[in-house]
Amino acid sequence: MKQSQECLHEAYVWEVPVRVTHWVNVLSIAILSVTGIYIGSPVTLALTPSGYDMGWIRFIHFTAGFLFAISVVSRIYWSFVSNRYAGWREFVPFLSAEGRRNMWRMFAYYTFMSRKIPHPIGHNALAGATYLLVFLLYLVMILTGFTLYSEHAPHGPLHALLGWMFAHFSNQGIRQTHHLTMWLLIGFAIHHIYSAWLMDVKERGGVISSIFGGYKPVQGRE
Amino acid sequence: MDYGDGKGKSRNSEQCFDVPRSLAERGITRRDFMKFCTAMSAALALPMSLVPRIAAALENDGRPSVIWLEFQSCTGDTEALLRAANPTIGEIVLDVLSIDYAETIMAAAGHQAEDARMKTVKEARGKYIAIVEGAVPMKDGGIYCCIGGRSALDIVREVCSGALATITVGTCASYGGLPAAAPNPTGAVGVKEAVPGATVVNLPGCPVNTDNLVATVVHFLTFGKLPAVDGKGRPLFAYGKRIHDNCERRPHFDAGQYVEVWGSEAHRNGHCLYKMGCKGPETFHNCPVQRYNEKTNWPVGSGHGCAGCSEPQFWDTMTPFYRRLPNVPGFGIETTADKIGAGLAVATAAAFAAHGVVSGLRHKDDESKDGKGGNQ
Repeated sequence: MKQSQECLHEAYVWEVPVRVTHWVNVLSIAILSVTGIYIGSPVTLALTPSGYDMGWIRFIHFTAGFLFAISVVSRIYWSFVSNRYAGWREFVPFLSAEGRRNMWRMFAYYTFMSRKIPHPIGHNALAGATYLLVFLLYLVMILTGFTLYSEHAPHGPLHALLGWMFAHFSNQGIRQTHHLTMWLLIGFAIHHIYSAWLMDVKERGGVISSIFGGYKPVQGRE
Repeated sequence: MDYGDGKGKSRNSEQCFDVPRSLAERGITRRDFMKFCTAMSAALALPMSLVPRIAAALENDGRPSVIWLEFQSCTGDTEALLRAANPTIGEIVLDVLSIDYAETIMAAAGHQAEDARMKTVKEARGKYIAIVEGAVPMKDGGIYCCIGGRSALDIVREVCSGALATITVGTCASYGGLPAAAPNPTGAVGVKEAVPGATVVNLPGCPVNTDNLVATVVHFLTFGKLPAVDGKGRPLFAYGKRIHDNCERRPHFDAGQYVEVWGSEAHRNGHCLYKMGCKGPETFHNCPVQRYNEKTNWPVGSGHGCAGCSEPQFWDTMTPFYRRLPNVPGFGIETTADKIGAGLAVATAAAFAAHGVVSGLRHKDDESKDGKGGNQ
């Protein structure tokens, strides 16, 4: 490693929209989960009926929901105009033979079958494929969330747009899905933080600091 | 009242029905009658200026024929109508209608009764109103509900396809209701599904709110057409608003005051029943405003959560009634999505903690380009 460090240079990996949407997602998912757990199973907070505790918590939940939806949609748009590290191809590595090979290498490392650490500059292939799944879960959350939200105005445009969901999945089924998917995303967050920490330690590629500053140290010129 | 003794039509023409006289005989003053018309305009969300038009329509002696059919049902909707605390108001409208066939209340029986229905279907084709109570079984040729040797499916097709309009009373006739609950052994369906071509307005609820039935009939008599409906065929005047949004316990919901135990102080103080499984936030009906039994009370008012009875498939999708979320199949009863989810999150954290320990103990990861892995 000693000699190769001399050839290190900075690569601009995560552009501003990638970092902004990442942190907006972190913030909104944290707010949405905390407020959502309260809305799903509230405890009595107010001393008098003139309080508005649940009202404000729901207001925060809905506002964070809009923030999250805008962030996710922006990130999806960005994946078509961004640099290659954040582009849509990163999320479908299984479409190419090389991508499948990279996925297998990463999987082998994670499961202790191999000691070789892949050193991708952007996402590793397995992470990219996982984020595709996570974005699908995001869309499930946005769709179920806004469908339930639309019920406050059954003759409004949002209900006209999403009302078909009730006929297909039943009202309670949509609620159930909204709750379960939250837990899947919390499970993902645990995995995501752990894997970032693991890779930061093992790869020594500064993956954690890269989501703050955008740059990663890489070997050699591209 | 004309309960279909087989001579309805001839009696009608001989006797020359007169609403003001009929009301006077019952001790209903003109003032009471106008109050009723005003209440109807309010129920239908019509302007006050239409009250005289409603009164004129009710006093008109047109007397449309009505056939009240009952299939897979508990007769709860008939009961709701007949046992109204103040029957005179309901009877005002029933007096205005000529009920040619209604099994529970008609004097005639057997072939005589069936003949009365056949006569109306033939002679008043396209002019009579059909009111249907109860679900229609479709399985095995509809043999699970037969009246006078004919299946419910056969009767409902004949009556509803020839009717000017069909009003379904109660959730069973509207969407199949309890007979259609899983596993639905008789293949029960609502009227619109049994007779897709019929003009149907659904008045679901368990039972139907008599006020809404009366208001629908009044709307029909006043304007000559059925009221505007939502995507589930329910009149907007009665089902256009969510129970949760008109609930008298709503301030407690917004404040954050919840009943957690039946009979607790919070329950006695009228706090929100959301945690006790109330389905008011997902049910559309005017119960909080119209209430039942001459506006005496309604379930949430008396301390019980809404069961969502006016929504399709409520028995299958709104249960368990005393919990917010359905049970998750395969996990046994009383296991909610949140319990499973929390377990999943803890298991994830534990799995990665274990992975972290193993990774921490493995120092010599191969960093060379062609590292093949394996034991070192």
